[in-house]
Amino acid sequence: MKIKRFKGWLYLLPALAFIGVFLVYPLVDVVIYSAEEGYNFATQQSTGTGLGNFSFVLRDPYFLSALKNTFVLVIITVPVSTGLALLISLGLSSIKKLRELFQTVYFLPYVTNTLAVGLVFMILFKKTPYSEGLVNALIKIFGAPSVDFIDGPWAAKMFVLCFYTVWVVLPFKILVLTSALASVKKEYYDAAALDGTPRGRIFRKITLPMISPMLFYLVITGFIGAFKAYSDAVALFGTDLNAAGMNTIVGYVYDMLYGDSGGYPSYASAAAIILFVIVLTITCVNLYVSRRRVFYD
Amino acid sequence: MAKKITNAVTYVFLALWGVVVLFPFYWMILTSVKGYGAYTSEVTPSFFTLSPTLDNYREAFTAVPLAKYFLNTLIFTVVTTALMLAVIIFAAFAFSRLEFRGRDAVFTLFLALMMIPNELVVITNFVTVTNAGLRNTFAGLILPSVTSVFYIYLLKENFAQIPDELYRAAKVDGTSDLKYLFKVMVPICRPTVVTVTILKVIECWNSYVWPRLITDDPDLYLVSNGIQEIRQNGFGRENVPAMMAAVVAISVPLVILFLIFRRQIMAGVSRGGTKG
Repeated sequence: MKIKRFKGWLYLLPALAFIGVFLVYPLVDVVIYSAEEGYNFATQQSTGTGLGNFSFVLRDPYFLSALKNTFVLVIITVPVSTGLALLISLGLSSIKKLRELFQTVYFLPYVTNTLAVGLVFMILFKKTPYSEGLVNALIKIFGAPSVDFIDGPWAAKMFVLCFYTVWVVLPFKILVLTSALASVKKEYYDAAALDGTPRGRIFRKITLPMISPMLFYLVITGFIGAFKAYSDAVALFGTDLNAAGMNTIVGYVYDMLYGDSGGYPSYASAAAIILFVIVLTITCVNLYVSRRRVFYD
Repeated sequence: MAKKITNAVTYVFLALWGVVVLFPFYWMILTSVKGYGAYTSEVTPSFFTLSPTLDNYREAFTAVPLAKYFLNTLIFTVVTTALMLAVIIFAAFAFSRLEFRGRDAVFTLFLALMMIPNELVVITNFVTVTNAGLRNTFAGLILPSVTSVFYIYLLKENFAQIPDELYRAAKVDGTSDLKYLFKVMVPICRPTVVTVTILKVIECWNSYVWPRLITDDPDLYLVSNGIQEIRQNGFGRENVPAMMAAVVAISVPLVILFLIFRRQIMAGVSRGGTKG
C-alpha cells in the first residue's frame, strides 16, 4: 500500500515540478514584486514596501491610455463579434448545401499566425506616399476622403484593431454556436411548427433560451480574451505601441518588463494585478447576470 | 416564395463573410507573386497580376534567415509538445487510475490554477529564466511553455471513462502500470491525445509573447518574432511583395495541417480551445 501511494506522487512529479516552478511560485512572487517599492532589477534591492507601485501605475498616462484603449476594444468587439457569430451560425444552421465548405472557410483565421496575417491587414489599410492601399482605394470610389488607418487618427486605428480582432476571434465563436444550435432538440421546433408559431417568436422563445448557456460562455471568454489583447495590436502597429498611442494593458505590462522602456518588474506586476482584478470583477458580474438570465436545462 | 428570398439572403450574407475571411489570404498570395517593380508602380493596387513571379520567395529565403526561423520554430514546437505530452499523460494517469492520499486535493488545486491568466506569471518566469542564465537558449524558450493544466484535465476526464475491469484484468495478467498506460489507456484515448497534440502545435507555432521576452538573438527567433523583425527592418522597409512571400510561407504549414486534420481540430477547439 505504501509503495502504491508513493507511485501516485511519482507519476505526478513532472507535472508538479513544472506547475510549481512556472505557475504557483510566480503567482506568489508577483504579489511580492508589486509591493516592493523602488525595486532595482540590477541590484535586486527595494527601498520599501507598500502600495506605491499601484499608485504610480494608476497615475501613469501611458497606463491610462492603455486602459482606455483596452476598454474601448472590449466594449466594441465583444458585442459585435458575439452578434455576428450568432447571425452567421443561424445562417449556417438554416442551409444544407455548401454548409461544410462555409464552416471550413470560416474556421481558417483560427489556424493562422496572428502576427503574419496582421501584416496583411496592415498592408490593406495602410496609406503610403506612393500607394494609397486597397481600403482607401475602395473608400475613394464612394467619394469619401482617404484616411491613414495605420499612422493616422486614433479612431481610424481603433477601427482597424477592432476589425482585425473580430476577424481573429470569430472562428471560435461560430464553431461553438453552430454546435449549440445543432444540439437544440428538433421536437421543440416540430411542436412550434404545428402551432404555426412565427419565426421571430420561435427564435425568442425556443432557440435563444436553449443556446443561452453557450452564448454566455462566449461572452465571458470574449471579455477575458479582449481584455488580454496585445499581439493583434503589435501585428498592426509595430512593437512601439506607446508611440502609436495604441497600447493595451497587457502591452503596458510587457513594456514595463522588457525592451527600451523595461526593467521595472514591480510596475509590471502592479499593472498585471490590476488587469486580473478587472477581469475577475467583470467575470463575476457576468456570472451573476447569467444566473438570472440563462436557462439551464 | 418568402422562404426562397430568405434563403437567398442567407446565402448572400454567408458568402459575403466568406469573402471577408478569404480576402486577406488571396491578397497575401497575390502580392507575393507580384514583381517588386510592378507592385511599387501601382498607385491603386490591382486585383490580379498577369506576370506572376516566384522571385519574392527566393528573396524571402535569402535576404532574411527565414529558413532558420522555420527550423527554430520546428524544434521549439516538437520538443515542447513532446515534453508536454509526457507530463500530462503521467499526471492524467495518476489522477484517474492511481489512488493516494491528497490526490483529490491536488486535483482541485490544478482546477483552480486553470483560471490564472498567463500575464500574471510571465513576469516572474521572465526573471527566473533570466537569473538562471537561460535567456537566448532553447531551454529558456521551452521549459515555461510546457505546463498545461487544462490538457491534464481534458485527458484525465477521458482516462476516467475507461472501465476498471480492464485495469484489474491487466493486473491479473501481471501487466505493469507503465505498460498498461501505454499499451491500453493511451491507444483507447487516442482521439483526445491527437486533439491535444494538434492544439499544442498550433499554440507553439503561433506563440509570440514569451519568445519575444526571452530571445533578442535573431539566431533563436521563431517565425512570429521573425516576421516582426522583417516588418521592422527586413528587406529594406518597403519590399512588400517579399514580406508577403514570407507571410505565405509561414501560414502554409498550419493551413495544410488544418486541411488534413479538419475534423479533429474543430472538435478539439470546440471542447477546449480559446483564442480571443
